[in-house]
Amino acid sequence: MSVDTARLPEANRWRSLFDFYTTAMRTAIVAQLQYRVAQYFYMIGMVAEPVVYLVVWSSIARSQGGSIEGYTAGTFAAYYIVWTLVRNMNIVFGAPFWEHRIREGQLAGDLLKPMTVLHYDLAFFAGWKFVVVAMWIPIAIGLSLVFHPTLDPTALEIGVFICAIWGAYLIRTMFQGIVGMLNFWTTRGAAVFDLYMAIEMLLSGRLVPLQLMPDWVQTLANFLPFKWTFGFPIESLVGDMSPQSLLLGLGAQVLWIGIGLAGYRLAWNAAIKRFTAVGG
Amino acid sequence: MNAIRVAWLYFKIGVLNELQYRVNFFVQLLQSAIQIGTGLVMLSLVYSHTDELHGWEQPELLSLLGVQVLLGGVIHAFIQPNMERLMQDVQEGTLDYALTKPADSQVLVSVRMIRIWQVVEIVSGVILLLVGLSGVDASVGLTDTIAFGCALVIGAVLVYCFWLIMTTGAFWIVRMEHVLELFEGIYRTGQWPVGVYPGWLRYSVTFLVPVAFAVTVPAQAVTSRLQWQTLALSFVFGCVLFLFARWFWRFGLRHYSGASA
Repeated sequence: MSVDTARLPEANRWRSLFDFYTTAMRTAIVAQLQYRVAQYFYMIGMVAEPVVYLVVWSSIARSQGGSIEGYTAGTFAAYYIVWTLVRNMNIVFGAPFWEHRIREGQLAGDLLKPMTVLHYDLAFFAGWKFVVVAMWIPIAIGLSLVFHPTLDPTALEIGVFICAIWGAYLIRTMFQGIVGMLNFWTTRGAAVFDLYMAIEMLLSGRLVPLQLMPDWVQTLANFLPFKWTFGFPIESLVGDMSPQSLLLGLGAQVLWIGIGLAGYRLAWNAAIKRFTAVGG
Repeated sequence: MNAIRVAWLYFKIGVLNELQYRVNFFVQLLQSAIQIGTGLVMLSLVYSHTDELHGWEQPELLSLLGVQVLLGGVIHAFIQPNMERLMQDVQEGTLDYALTKPADSQVLVSVRMIRIWQVVEIVSGVILLLVGLSGVDASVGLTDTIAFGCALVIGAVLVYCFWLIMTTGAFWIVRMEHVLELFEGIYRTGQWPVGVYPGWLRYSVTFLVPVAFAVTVPAQAVTSRLQWQTLALSFVFGCVLFLFARWFWRFGLRHYSGASA
């Protein structure tokens, strides 16, 4: 099925896009603020994952004389507490939700809107970030009081971190979208999504800091998008990276956003030709 | 007896329904392989930096991982689908159809759904457990096996009670779907022996979310570390939580006014 969506008037396109994003983000904030208890359930469940890693690795660091590969209990604490913020920023329209979107007929309705779904997804989840980050602050304070992180970032590191977490959000949106569009060809994508998530877990720095991985894994991670969505943003704040490495990291993120966007557009153009409406 | 008959009937219907989707078996096989692979990578990473973790050696932790995967399979096959359906029914107002049936409502909402292909996860957990145990120096005796079986059943009951209590909250807080993420997140703590965690977290995952009773205690039993007092405490806690879950379900029902019909 091919769909011609109405384009925004070219003269005010950027202005219209800006208005759309601010309105959609405000709507997302108001919508998500209604379900504060549900948000906290989600966040507590999410925080459990890094706390487990943190406790295990801190325990090992102590048993090994205080540190592993330069990571002390304090730096592990900093890594995994910053991890929780980066994880929040990495919440995007995930691959498995594409199945729901197609099966329930939502996409049929979305196609009638004047812009592609990517804009709606980006704006909605970007707005949601403001809610989750506000709710994350007390959790981060609590974790800091319990685990005593060692964190002493410079102004440059803070600046790069702020850019990097938004870069990570964009990269992850694109690649989750590409994998999610597999649902246009098969309704049995669950195993592929799980495989993708497992690879991301191992090669991104989500499971452990990449320095603890074997050398070949670290080298491989440099050439894949995953590291730039978890490891790099965290290391930019927690690690001791040179200004050159920080800027190179941002450059790599821009590159992966470009590759992701190109891949997303290719996948979308191919996928939409196969789509047959289901209700909506 | 009536409850068992109802549960058995729903079980048969559920199995027949699931058997229509045989490809899901292979999907589940792949998913279990990925899950176990990730767990094994994490274990090997940890033990590449240390020889033991709070007194647990690698084969023992492999057994613990096996118990966690096994019980996870039981949860995903029998408990979670029913609780998800219950949350959905409350949201959509279709719970009335279950409540008006001439059977115990708690039994009905607890046995309606089954995902039989998750049995693959249970089998994977058993295999991991056996592989782990083959590397443990101490042999597993009959007493250990019986204690393991009892601890596992009590653990499953505890997890069911926790899920039911949380899901009953949907009568007041309609959007409870994130309780799934909450449980999945906290259930990860079961991959490691509860002794690793600091006191506040140890007590939380023992009494608030009973992951320690559900996973660590059976693993202790099968690795000959369990003291009978712990098993007795687990049993008493299971009984108390079951009675509380039953009371809370009925309390919730009294406050439920229905959303359909």
